[in-house]
Amino acid sequence: MSTLTGTIATAEAPRSKRFSEAFAMFRNGKSVVGLVILAFFGVLAIVGPWIAPYDPNAIDLEARNSPPSPTHWLGTTHLGQDILSQIIIGSRDVMFVGFAAGVIGTLIAVLVGVTSGYLKGFGSEALSALSNVFLVIPGLPLIIIITSNFDDPSMLLIAVVLAITGWAWGARVLRAQTMSLRNRDFVQAARANGEPLWRIIGVEMLPNLMAIIASSFVGTVTAAILTQTTLAFVGVTPITRWNWGTILFWAQSQNAFPERWWWYLPAGLCIALVGTGLALVNFGIDEYVNPRLRSAGKRARALRRKGFTQADATVVAPLGAVPPSAGEDAADAREDDAPRVGTGA
Amino acid sequence: MTTLEFSHVSRVYRVRGAGALRALADVSFTLESGRTIALVGQSGSGKSTIAKILTQLEAPSSGEILLDGHPIPHRGRALRRYRQTVRMVFQDPFASLNPYHTVRHHLERPLRLDHVVPRREIDAEVTRLLDRVRLDPVLADRNPHELSGGQRQRVAIARALASRPKLLIADEPVSMLDVSIRLGVLNLLAELQRESNLGVLYITHDLATARHFSDEIMVLNRGVVVERGPADRVILEPEHEYTRRLRDASPNPDLLFGATRAEEAGR
Repeated sequence: MSTLTGTIATAEAPRSKRFSEAFAMFRNGKSVVGLVILAFFGVLAIVGPWIAPYDPNAIDLEARNSPPSPTHWLGTTHLGQDILSQIIIGSRDVMFVGFAAGVIGTLIAVLVGVTSGYLKGFGSEALSALSNVFLVIPGLPLIIIITSNFDDPSMLLIAVVLAITGWAWGARVLRAQTMSLRNRDFVQAARANGEPLWRIIGVEMLPNLMAIIASSFVGTVTAAILTQTTLAFVGVTPITRWNWGTILFWAQSQNAFPERWWWYLPAGLCIALVGTGLALVNFGIDEYVNPRLRSAGKRARALRRKGFTQADATVVAPLGAVPPSAGEDAADAREDDAPRVGTGA
Repeated sequence: MTTLEFSHVSRVYRVRGAGALRALADVSFTLESGRTIALVGQSGSGKSTIAKILTQLEAPSSGEILLDGHPIPHRGRALRRYRQTVRMVFQDPFASLNPYHTVRHHLERPLRLDHVVPRREIDAEVTRLLDRVRLDPVLADRNPHELSGGQRQRVAIARALASRPKLLIADEPVSMLDVSIRLGVLNLLAELQRESNLGVLYITHDLATARHFSDEIMVLNRGVVVERGPADRVILEPEHEYTRRLRDASPNPDLLFGATRAEEAGR
């Protein structure tokens, strides 16, 4: 039976293909940089208490307001506290609140958005109205009111509050995309085949929503980190719990600006760096999630290796001098990844 | 022998702010295994509504559909059996395959859902299905975007055949394909129809292929069947004004109306 060898050969192939595709994200330079930045702060958040050189609260009146030096790499505060230690210790709350809020917020967004997109009639409208209401709730004042009701709000509580005020935008976008997906032929085909509802949503539709879900997650995390540090900066959350906003709060209240730059600059840079990392990851998500863009990106890179730029490709293509790797996919280049090839390159 | 009776079916859509839109009005026909009926009409004539009702994606407003004399159940195992018996090939092969899943996924799902073959034979069955639609089994692990339009439509046909249906609804199966490969796909459909003694409802607006590939033609205009009869008769001697206009609007008269044009020349 000739098919026997055929099946063995094809059974091997997809595994290695899937394996390489699982790491497709790492082929995109931007998202690699983003992931490295996030991994760095992630590790810092976990091992922080063990690697911090000093107790962030330890007062050392001998070394007040000292600029960066070999003993205090990032200098000290007005009480002689080590700022590097404050940043290292403070990264845990920042990362935890950011990612917890991102996970919770994205879960709510997927649940509400996809359901209201898939349903028709009253349920859909009601859920849509709900997310519209949450969209216009002014987030910051609400968070301030809720957190100021607690003497020592736990980080999880802050994350939950940030998630509750931050999920609505993702839900709206997901609802719109789901409404467009539910009428696509492949969803209709799955329905006609008698696929159960959970499979239609979970297996057929959800992968198509992954890019939006992922970028909504990244957006929620970014917003949560910014809001949380803002809250700490304005002094709404306890000023004795270290995070980067708390550092800025103390720097501001002790008039560190502009002379004592080591006090506020590193914390500000850390916030900016995490934000940049998240934004960079966002660049690569599309290519990682969408199989079509995955191979489009691969093709773009292959073209680039051969010395083709996008300008060459567009000029040369009509003359029929496109390299075979681009020619064989003429069918889908016709659709929508032709401009993508350019973006990837 | 499987008989599907589409009996006095109407379908009314409620359009927000514009009242009601009658997509189908009292349409009846019988589809049986081994025969091909072509459903012809311009866009908006209700062709696709019939396809949707047959695949139970939509419910008729009135009338009923009988499979071997029994009405279609609304849920449960009997509905599954109906869906297994009546399968559809969608119009647009670029839209009917999920871009996130491989060809194998598309062929495996109906096999698993309907327990067509034992679990360990699924791989072999996927290979066999691809073979039946003249595709290289290597394509099983490709994603749809790596295939051409013709290959995709063959995958869609293989998916429709996976559950071993008795009746096949082909909703303009070649209208989105390059002209050069249309005939290949249509010939494949005709061949599969003969092999499995399928009953085919061939929905199209192309009168030439309708005449060539079907036994009977039904002409649909604004949800009403205006004419029906043996394929040659309907094309060559249309009785209804609309059929005549549809025929005269066809862009390739030589292929279609060789006989009629000869008559006209002799007149």
